Amino acid sequence: MRALIALLAGTIFGAGLALSGMADPARIHAFLDLFGTWDPTLAFVIAGAITPMVFAWLIQRRLPRALSGDAFALPGTRRIDAPLAVGALLFGIGWGIAGLCPGPAIANLALAPFAVLPFLAAMIAGMLLHRLRAAGR
Amino acid sequence: MNTLFPGAMPGMGFLGGLLIGLAGAIMLLGLGRIAGVSGLAARAVGIGSGTDSRAVALAFITGLPLGAALVASLRPVAITFPSSLAVLVIGGLLVGFGTRLGSGCTSGHGVCGLSRLSPRSMAATALFMAAGFATVAAMRALGWG
Repeated sequence: MRALIALLAGTIFGAGLALSGMADPARIHAFLDLFGTWDPTLAFVIAGAITPMVFAWLIQRRLPRALSGDAFALPGTRRIDAPLAVGALLFGIGWGIAGLCPGPAIANLALAPFAVLPFLAAMIAGMLLHRLRAAGR
Repeated sequence: MNTLFPGAMPGMGFLGGLLIGLAGAIMLLGLGRIAGVSGLAARAVGIGSGTDSRAVALAFITGLPLGAALVASLRPVAITFPSSLAVLVIGGLLVGFGTRLGSGCTSGHGVCGLSRLSPRSMAATALFMAAGFATVAAMRALGWG
């Protein structure tokens, strides 16, 4: 049941990415390219995505647990530390270079599977590298 | 809008965004989890942190291409990839490492965190946006892409 709910959410998420143009690396690049033909679409996508989420957070505060019966497992919101800052900066550089972040990259398995494969392989390698580095400490 | 910003899709962008937010709301209220793609992807391939259900992560990740395929079966979806293999590999390494170190990406920090008014996510989003703008500006200045 939980996996089915997650599959439904993932499918809606992937549909949203394709519909909004966010699966297209060229469109992400155009948003980040302030000195080119700037494309503001990504800002509208964020605005659209935040709208239902604001209500979801308002409802979440009034719920003792999730509808599945599971306790809420949510990350903390306060701590701004060096890993957060360095990680976000490295992610932003990679995002700017390739025009891809994790969601669109995975959704592209259906749209441009061969083109996205090198990015996905490298992304998993990068995650693994972080995992090994964390384990080595 | 379209004379000022040729190619922009404000309507479809907002509509697609609503779907992304709906998916985030289903994950939050239905399962008590953040719809953060980088965290779920790491969990799905078995290198995530935490104890979240791997079946849930795999199911969500499987849904992403399914949903994209569904839209592509109804209307054309334009996709243009960078032609350079090096660009894809370097970008992928940075995105993979950076999202794990920074505990999130565009979905977890940019959508779920911002809508929660999380200072941590606001900081992360400001930083990865700034880095993205600066990187593309630098690439333009250097004549790459």
